[in-house]
Amino acid sequence: MKIQRRTFLKVAGVSGVALAAGTRLGGARTPAEKTEFFGILYDSTRCAGCQTCETSCAEANSLPAPTETITAGVVRKTDEKHRTVVNAFSAESGEVYLKKQCMHCNEPACTAACLTQAMYKTKEGPVIWRADKCMGCRYCMVSCPFDSPKFEYHSSNPKIEKCNMCYPRLQEGKVPACVENCPAEALTYGPRRELIAEARKRMAENPGQYIDHIYGEHEAGGTSFLYLAGVDFAEVGLKTSLQSKPYPELTKGFLYSVPAIFVLWPAMLLGMREATKDKNTEEDENR
Amino acid sequence: MKTDSAGAVLHRDNDGSSIIRFLIAELKPKGKILTPFNIISLPIMLLGLILIVIRFWKGLGAVTNLTQEVPWGLWIGFDVVTGVAFAGGAYVLTFMVYILNMKQYHSVVRITVLNGFLAYLFYAGALLLDLGRPWNVINPIIGNSFGTSSVLFLVAWHFLLYMIAQLIEFSPAVAEWLGAKRARRILSGMTVAAVIFGITLSTLHQSGLGALYLMAKEKIHPLWYNEFIPILFFVSSIFAGLSMVIFEGTISHRVFFDQISEKHHAEHNRIVKGLSRICAVAMFAYFFLQVLVFVHGKNGQYLDSAMGYWYLAEMLGFVLLPMVLFFYSYRRGNISLIRIAAILTMLGVIINRLNVTVIGFRWDAAVRYVPTWMELVVTLAVIFTEIWVFRWVVNRMPVLRESPAWAKEEQ
Repeated sequence: MKIQRRTFLKVAGVSGVALAAGTRLGGARTPAEKTEFFGILYDSTRCAGCQTCETSCAEANSLPAPTETITAGVVRKTDEKHRTVVNAFSAESGEVYLKKQCMHCNEPACTAACLTQAMYKTKEGPVIWRADKCMGCRYCMVSCPFDSPKFEYHSSNPKIEKCNMCYPRLQEGKVPACVENCPAEALTYGPRRELIAEARKRMAENPGQYIDHIYGEHEAGGTSFLYLAGVDFAEVGLKTSLQSKPYPELTKGFLYSVPAIFVLWPAMLLGMREATKDKNTEEDENR
Repeated sequence: MKTDSAGAVLHRDNDGSSIIRFLIAELKPKGKILTPFNIISLPIMLLGLILIVIRFWKGLGAVTNLTQEVPWGLWIGFDVVTGVAFAGGAYVLTFMVYILNMKQYHSVVRITVLNGFLAYLFYAGALLLDLGRPWNVINPIIGNSFGTSSVLFLVAWHFLLYMIAQLIEFSPAVAEWLGAKRARRILSGMTVAAVIFGITLSTLHQSGLGALYLMAKEKIHPLWYNEFIPILFFVSSIFAGLSMVIFEGTISHRVFFDQISEKHHAEHNRIVKGLSRICAVAMFAYFFLQVLVFVHGKNGQYLDSAMGYWYLAEMLGFVLLPMVLFFYSYRRGNISLIRIAAILTMLGVIINRLNVTVIGFRWDAAVRYVPTWMELVVTLAVIFTEIWVFRWVVNRMPVLRESPAWAKEEQ
């Protein structure tokens, strides 16, 4: 699918591609149903807040080791030096932990926003960033509903930093660093479909332990990172007001109108020009 | 032909001498150097240049207040999004003159196209300052990295193509200046094609600038976010552009007084009146659309808040009021009042674009983005540089003054 599209782009002339920018929108994304995306299931009720995932993430991605410890109620955010953070929240049942990182959407806003395909949804599921393509416009950051991509504002050669689900490790046949090192087995890596089944199983087998919602099953059109929790997701700092349609749908209408306008406008304009012309103006053409 | 006090010819086109010798003579500064405008603008431009060096050396964070939550600030929200709206006059006027054959507006087409072209050149050029990795800017244009599902891909291509179209529209003026008769004939033959292409491109990227923000659904205040942003941006670019034509004309007619013939001076008031009527109608359509969006979005609940009052100020003070002023002053033939309406309209467009892109963007964030003084200085430096180039061209090429006799004969 990908290769075919790329060869097609080469064949189609540069201007042709530019003019028909919206026409291949459907082809640019693979339908989620037909592809087996891999993902990570995070069970917040198992998480002990030990921050091992943070440390192993930093190690695997050559980032500075995290120094901040967790305090309940203090919400830390991922940034250009921290691809993942764990926060603590005080709930009735005691302290609840929640890990944050890129959600790896099925149909990501960032890849639809990216004009150079630097943000890229791999067929395995992870959304990765490719340095040689990115021009640093930060439109991915504007578009991402989860604010996942982060930018190195204090560098003359800035990178976009975000979780890539340890894509290089996955290609070596390993699992993501955070999954491998989690001592509480709060993180599970596997095909997204099976993760959802596993989540449902845990909910059925432990009545009362979980709220009846898998965060990421439908949010933003479905994500590869899935959450289970014992308290309402809004209480632990996840956005619960997001639409369940994929975010690229929001610009689809506009992009579909582009080819139509490109065909109709010139014809209409020429017609109007001919219609408003009179004998006198025909003489002093080009004035 | 006008002469300065020393008796030298000030505005003259090439009449057959070597083009290179003519160009060297034209490169020399003309007119006084120590004008108030130069004294104010030069230090700001120099300071801006220093800041741009720092920005590329130390990164964007060294001069801007941009955050991880607000990645686009003044340079995109004002320089690009607002600047391009003001450049909309070029496509509206070429539409009126070349498509609707409204010849009475012909005398302001050249200056408007020049203004539009320079606006794109400098304000889209300002985009390069904002790019973190500008060496990859070529990726969406050549290579195999086409992000065809991106609105920004469309906008980038359209900027490039529209600049070429505008250059073709303006090129006969360059040919007349250089005395290139053959080139002028070929280039003016391409005008209508460039105009039709240019209007199509403008329709799409004026609205495309709004469509850029469609995916930021939860990030923009609901009073400014709606699925009609592209249409609202397009309609408002019509009166934004025309208000700019009125405003720029007012200034040009003072600054470049000696270049404009008696006939065009007399014509100008009639043109301004005609434009004010078009502005009023376009603003009525825009206001009506805004009311529809407001009612359908059930946005009344947001009105009783600081952002709500700000929204009312924008809609009533900077859309409804100038619209009424345009209508009234057109009926009364009051040119000064039209100019006031144009300035109010321009302020309104600035406010509207900033409300979508900066003020209403992440309005709920704990730490609001406020541009640094350095971002402001760079923005001003870009605007001043554009005005310098604009002045340079107007002082040399037949933009405001009449075309040379040979060019007129050809028509």
